[in-house]
Amino acid sequence: MMHNTAMPAQAEEHPRAVELKDMAVGESGSVVRICAVGELGRRIRDMGIIPGSRLCVTGRAPLNDPLTIRLRGYTLSLRGSEAAYILVEPD
Amino acid sequence: MPENFISIALAGNPNCGKSTIFNAITGAHQHVGNYPGITVEKKEGFAASDGQSVKVIDLPGTYSLTAYSLEERVARRVLLNERPNVVIDIADAGTLDRHLYLAVQLMEMGIPFVLGLNMMDEARQKGISINLELLSKRLGIPVVPTVGRTGEGVRELLAVACRTAREHAGHPWRPRRLSYGPDLDVALVEMVSLIEKQSFLTALFPARWIALKYLEADSEIIRIGRGADEKTSSALENMVQEVTGHLSQTLETYPEAVISDYRYGYISALLRDGVVSSPENARNRMAFSEKIDKVLTQRLIGPIVMLAVMYLMYKVTFSVGEIPMGWIQAFFGWLAEFVDGIMPDGLVKSLVVSGVIEGVGGLFGFVPLIVVVFLFIAVLDDSGYMARIAYMLDRIFHFFGLHGCSVMPFIISGGIAGGCAVPGIMATRTLRSSKERLATILTAPFFSCGAKLPVFLLISAVFFPERGPLVMFLLTLAGWLVALLIARLLRSTVISGAGTPFVMELPPYRLPTLKGVLIHTWERTFAYIKKAGTVVLAITIVIWAAMTYPRLPAAESAKYASDEEMQMAALRHSIAGRIGVALENVTQYAGFDWRGNIALIGGFGAKEVIVSTLGTAYSLSGNEEENNENLIQRIREDQHWRDNTPAAISFLLFVLLYSPCFMAVVVIAKEAGSWRWGLFSVIFNTLVAFAASVVIYQVGRLL
Ligand SMILES: Nc1nc2c(ncn2[C@@H]2O[C@H](COP(=O)(O)OP(=O)(O)O)[C@@H](O)[C@H]2O)c(=O)[nH]1
Repeated sequence: MMHNTAMPAQAEEHPRAVELKDMAVGESGSVVRICAVGELGRRIRDMGIIPGSRLCVTGRAPLNDPLTIRLRGYTLSLRGSEAAYILVEPD
Repeated sequence: MPENFISIALAGNPNCGKSTIFNAITGAHQHVGNYPGITVEKKEGFAASDGQSVKVIDLPGTYSLTAYSLEERVARRVLLNERPNVVIDIADAGTLDRHLYLAVQLMEMGIPFVLGLNMMDEARQKGISINLELLSKRLGIPVVPTVGRTGEGVRELLAVACRTAREHAGHPWRPRRLSYGPDLDVALVEMVSLIEKQSFLTALFPARWIALKYLEADSEIIRIGRGADEKTSSALENMVQEVTGHLSQTLETYPEAVISDYRYGYISALLRDGVVSSPENARNRMAFSEKIDKVLTQRLIGPIVMLAVMYLMYKVTFSVGEIPMGWIQAFFGWLAEFVDGIMPDGLVKSLVVSGVIEGVGGLFGFVPLIVVVFLFIAVLDDSGYMARIAYMLDRIFHFFGLHGCSVMPFIISGGIAGGCAVPGIMATRTLRSSKERLATILTAPFFSCGAKLPVFLLISAVFFPERGPLVMFLLTLAGWLVALLIARLLRSTVISGAGTPFVMELPPYRLPTLKGVLIHTWERTFAYIKKAGTVVLAITIVIWAAMTYPRLPAAESAKYASDEEMQMAALRHSIAGRIGVALENVTQYAGFDWRGNIALIGGFGAKEVIVSTLGTAYSLSGNEEENNENLIQRIREDQHWRDNTPAAISFLLFVLLYSPCFMAVVVIAKEAGSWRWGLFSVIFNTLVAFAASVVIYQVGRLL
């Protein structure tokens, strides 16, 4: 609802791709697409999340949101509403 | 060199150990200020390397150099406007590829820089080995391994930076020509030739960098461009639009995304074929922090540990901080008595004793508490736990339009009874998002700060003698409730709009160094003392004057039988007294009489003043502490207060919520960047408090 500048997700190309927010703790995969543009898109990329990046969901906050992921040797936390813009193909 | 010193800028991601390196380079020779007009800290320091003096500017920690966040804009402006001779880019050796994203952007800018590979001890421990020679060759710049904690490699890093600065002296910046794929490369060439032909902004920035920023739709550079040369700017914007349209049709992407993809591609190429090698088990080793997190952010244990940490912090702050606080208060008490003894009675003495010594004494009394609070914050921050607190609580705070990082400012401000809004508001600097930050600043004064506690204690002692702790607890709770609700209100009205995304690194747990913690604490404490020393002194004098002038004519004062009655009449006669009486017209609805009004006006100067003013207003002279019992007795027997529990609750609520003290207003104005916000908080909070008090009082009287 906040970042309404998203581009349409390309689910057809990656039939197995899911939104990062729907991945279970412990699941890992490769990023296939970032659907956010503007500030959110840039922040996500600045943190090293680009198509092809490997990541692993490592935890969720006590109230289930935000979630933490591990990539490039470090840990990142982001809200579910933001993780919804990241499409990942789980292993 | 243009000057006789070399200027060095320190750049790097947050948490890479940049402050530690900065401290190692400059030692105590540093100066903390603010960038003009904004609240990003500007740290500068001086050092020497082989007889060469250097000036070091610590840039805000950033992941990138775009125009989105304040820190990034600041870092970029310093680089482009102040043109340091060389940049030291600090990278965490453990997460080199992400850190190189910033380095690549420095290359694109063309500024001379060297890479400091920090956290080498951690990398070694994890079994990561980095081929420094190969990395340096591929990057085309010197690379120096360092361990910020021990100072290992820091001298060499500085020497190498100086050498690089000398080598590049007098040469223009040479932006590295990265490839961004066929479409953008072609567009870039065209744009660069147009920029060079028109000399478009070329006096300020390198041509290729300007073109790149246009492609990235960088709002700041485009704004500068439009201002300088409307025509060329729009020609460039058209070129960008064309290639954007093309990209979106063929690849369903846009230039900014393509540029960053190619940057990461370039980084992977740099690190190819064994520049970094980590053993198979490195993954497990890295998971050390993760293991701790499995416990410390666990659904049930996480919040319990967090509450325990906060409670401990509160306990220790007050049990440890109170000891030196007692000494300081005793000292000022002694000083007041001493001056009282040697000076002749009269106005000057009254000014010195009740104005200056009490005002400054009250201020310094808080310094030990503030030091302890800041020590804790520095430890929580440097250890990495602060980020976890923000992470765990973000869900709740987000609901109220705030950010996970609003937690600490709230706690310091008195979220656990006894804080102070001044350091609390200053602690909002860790919030990177401006809207949430402003909402946090404006709601921080609603908490039960230490200066309000004596009032709470006094009024509870009068009306709820057995239930002091319960009253205190309920007021603390009320502070939270009001702060959160008002934050929500503000975020959907005056500061509405989408917040900043919560995309936050959780740095690995690290043991903070004593030196780092002490330096952080000292910086913040000193800022408090400096501001408070000037402002509180001035305001106590003003309030003293308002309660003293105009003086009762001698003929009048002779009428009173006792000293006490005379003092009370004198107070009523003064400006403050007259205002208090006039305000009764309004405040009667909340159940305050003129003496309460005076105390509240005094409380605007500093909330500590409320109790002492009540003391004066109820005709007590001399040391307030000795007379506390008396004051309780007097208020209890006073005809206005007697059996007037609704008035007591209303008064408590009002003290909790009304205008921040003058010091806090000054800090609000400074941190929010405008006096209007300071004024807003005075008026708005007073209205909120008044509304709450009237409701409570009127309802209470009906019951
Ligand atoms: N193990 C290790 N820790 C370091 C090193 N340099 C800094 N630290 C620690 O890393 C944490 C963050 O450092 P700091 O300088 O505050 O990071 P900044 O956010 O980049 O300014 C602190 O706890 C430091 O003590 C290093 O070379 N090795």
